[in-house]
Amino acid sequence: MSIDTSFKPKIVAFCCNWCSYAGADLAGSSRLAYPADVKIIRVPCSCRVNPMFILRAFEKGADGVIICGCHPGDCHYSTGNYYARRRMTLLFSMLDYIGVENGRTRVEWVSAAEGVKFSTTMNEFVEKIHSLGRNVRLGDLRCKN
Amino acid sequence: MYKIAKNELPSLFRLIADGQALYLPVNVSGQVNFAAWDEEAEVDLDTLKTVKSPKDAFFPQSETLYTCRREEKKLSIEPEALMEESFTVFGMRACDVKGLEVLDKVFLSDPVDTFYAARRAHGTIVALACREPEESCFCKVFGIDAAEPAADVATWMTEDSLYWKPLTEKGEALTKLVSSVLTETDEKAVEEQKAAIRDIIEKLPYSHLSLEGWGAGTLSEKFDSPLWEKLYKPCLACGTCTFSCPTCQCYDIKDYDTGKGVQRYRCWDSCMYSDFTLMAHGNNRTSQMQRFRQRFMHKLVYFPDNNDGMYSCVGCGRCVDKCPASLNIVKVIKAFGEEEVKANV
Amino acid sequence: MQELVTRAKELLADGTVARVLGWKCGDMAYNPEPAFFETAEELEGFVYDGFCGANLSKYMIEAGKQEGKTLVFLKPCDTYSFNQLLKEHRVDREKAYIIGVGCRGKLDIEKIKKMGIKGITDIRGAEADGSDTLSITTLYGDKTCAYSDAMLERCHVCKGKEHKVYDEVIGESADTKDAERFAEVEKIEAMSPEEKFAFFQKELSKCIRCNACRNVCPACSCRKCVFDSTKFDSAQKANVDSFEEKMFHIIRAFHVAGRCTDCGECSRVCPQGIPLHLFNRKFIKDIDELYGAFQAGEDAETKGPLTDFTFDDAEPSIVAERG
Repeated sequence: MSIDTSFKPKIVAFCCNWCSYAGADLAGSSRLAYPADVKIIRVPCSCRVNPMFILRAFEKGADGVIICGCHPGDCHYSTGNYYARRRMTLLFSMLDYIGVENGRTRVEWVSAAEGVKFSTTMNEFVEKIHSLGRNVRLGDLRCKN
Repeated sequence: MYKIAKNELPSLFRLIADGQALYLPVNVSGQVNFAAWDEEAEVDLDTLKTVKSPKDAFFPQSETLYTCRREEKKLSIEPEALMEESFTVFGMRACDVKGLEVLDKVFLSDPVDTFYAARRAHGTIVALACREPEESCFCKVFGIDAAEPAADVATWMTEDSLYWKPLTEKGEALTKLVSSVLTETDEKAVEEQKAAIRDIIEKLPYSHLSLEGWGAGTLSEKFDSPLWEKLYKPCLACGTCTFSCPTCQCYDIKDYDTGKGVQRYRCWDSCMYSDFTLMAHGNNRTSQMQRFRQRFMHKLVYFPDNNDGMYSCVGCGRCVDKCPASLNIVKVIKAFGEEEVKANV
Repeated sequence: MQELVTRAKELLADGTVARVLGWKCGDMAYNPEPAFFETAEELEGFVYDGFCGANLSKYMIEAGKQEGKTLVFLKPCDTYSFNQLLKEHRVDREKAYIIGVGCRGKLDIEKIKKMGIKGITDIRGAEADGSDTLSITTLYGDKTCAYSDAMLERCHVCKGKEHKVYDEVIGESADTKDAERFAEVEKIEAMSPEEKFAFFQKELSKCIRCNACRNVCPACSCRKCVFDSTKFDSAQKANVDSFEEKMFHIIRAFHVAGRCTDCGECSRVCPQGIPLHLFNRKFIKDIDELYGAFQAGEDAETKGPLTDFTFDDAEPSIVAERG
């Protein structure tokens, strides 16, 4: 498989304010590198992520979307991430069902202390998206030219 | 008059499509709609009515008007190019052709809609007579002859052949283009079919629908009728009737943010929708009853008022076939008719 | 059917109910419309036959805002929708008098027309207690077709003929289930991503954004739909790009996931014959597999699967893992 070197993936990471966003901060202050292709959007809780946010991100040109939240049991609002977990499972299954490549979406639990995990997760995810290539199945044509 | 054997039709389509776009009824997973022809297209000329009317070819459901782009500090505006290439729509029915006449009144009167005008100027229409009219048809009510469609070319389909008769200059030009596959024949060949079609149309349940009480100048008595309050009740407020209609012409203009600028586009609107004619101050039709009334008043009263009595319904019957709540313009006309009978007793 | 009219007249006369919500005879053999009746005279136009597929439970939201009780006729599957609306406090049980009506499967006129039967002027045998064969008079000669061949897709995978909520039941039902509910979903699941994508692309390319599926859906009862928001730069009515249809149908199905009773109205009303139930049923199947069997509308109390959780739910990565 030839790798498209000109391909700079656009990746949207929804990070919860209390754990994962702080985890990203820690990754930064610990000088752990992760690709600049990842754009972080801070949300109050992983369960704030409406399925529409994810589709909108793809519509406007994202190649991958990752949602990061507190570990199950550690939610700042006690239960938010449990609801998010069910929602995202169903949504990902639906995306798979309509033929969107598996792996363009992902959920990862990252705590405020896990700067290393944040950085490795992002590195892995970017690599995965690189191997999947451009997002052609989801996305509005109007945003492409 | 010319003819071509039915099994030769693909070569006819190939000839037309060589050098221009050809739209005709195509079956896509079980539903027949007008679409561009290619070798793989599953052409279906037996289905009487496409789900969507062919008005799409002249007035697309969505079309871009212009695009604004932003690059650094530079802004540019690109108007969308007007249609400059010829195209052909094959297989339109007499009612659909009449539908274009209604649209012409709206879009070609001052101020002219340049997008529509360009498409009308470049489009050639090949109409197909309705060999087997159906129970939901009521084109006769609006004076349309389904046996003799008025277009650039009129055609008739029999068991084994398609008969072809150019009617206008554009039609003659198209005929010249495809003359290698046509053979000359006598006009008599389709006389029998025309008579048969007219016979069936006489027998259709809606063919003798009375439009008495509708038309120009009937606004005041119809608008305030208490009947609307009863009639609209089952309406789901969906846009099936408007989006399948060959004459509905309302549209909305919207901006789409592409991330690099803005695309301004227009799309069909439906008077059934809650955001129909929504303005900054709010909406002037606040209830579904008012929106429901708008549709029928527009077709049967307002439009005739402004266009010398011409109705903006052509009796294609698509709304009759497709309304999820089985409501339609015929039921409305009948309900008012019955009311008048009651009032006169 | 006469029994239903008689009972409705009684209840109107003794003041139990102020109006009746049922189906009114159309001007053709196959187009009855949902209607409110307020007098015995109006009830003469009442009809209940194989073409009364419309689910009346959603109309009860509006009916509930009026004075007095409304008598509503619900088929077994419609009662699931009513229960779900009760659970969401969208209808008031106190303002409804429910008569459960028998059902032997409902008919799909589109299916009949797809058999090549054109110019239909009369159909006999569609009555609630009619025959197994429909006799169809057309302008092009007489035709017949088996009742079960003309049935709506949803009736072939019927949830059962038991009414889940009612004040009384009138009429007999007959079992119509002869197919597996998830068979179609499984067929798609087995496809390659390319095939899946091509399948849905083809189906959804037909969508004309009429919103009939949303507006008929008893679970879509939001006062203002997110797709009607003017803050959106993509309109709910524009089919500008194929992405919009996908987004609309995925989000719509997602919004009703765990609340959809699989009543099949979306597929029934789609003017383009898009099998919309395939979206809803996929969610139902996933919910059943991942969080335990659940039937929305079975009762009006149980918590829905998306408003509930357990500590050891599957992680979203299961989607990729199960392949």
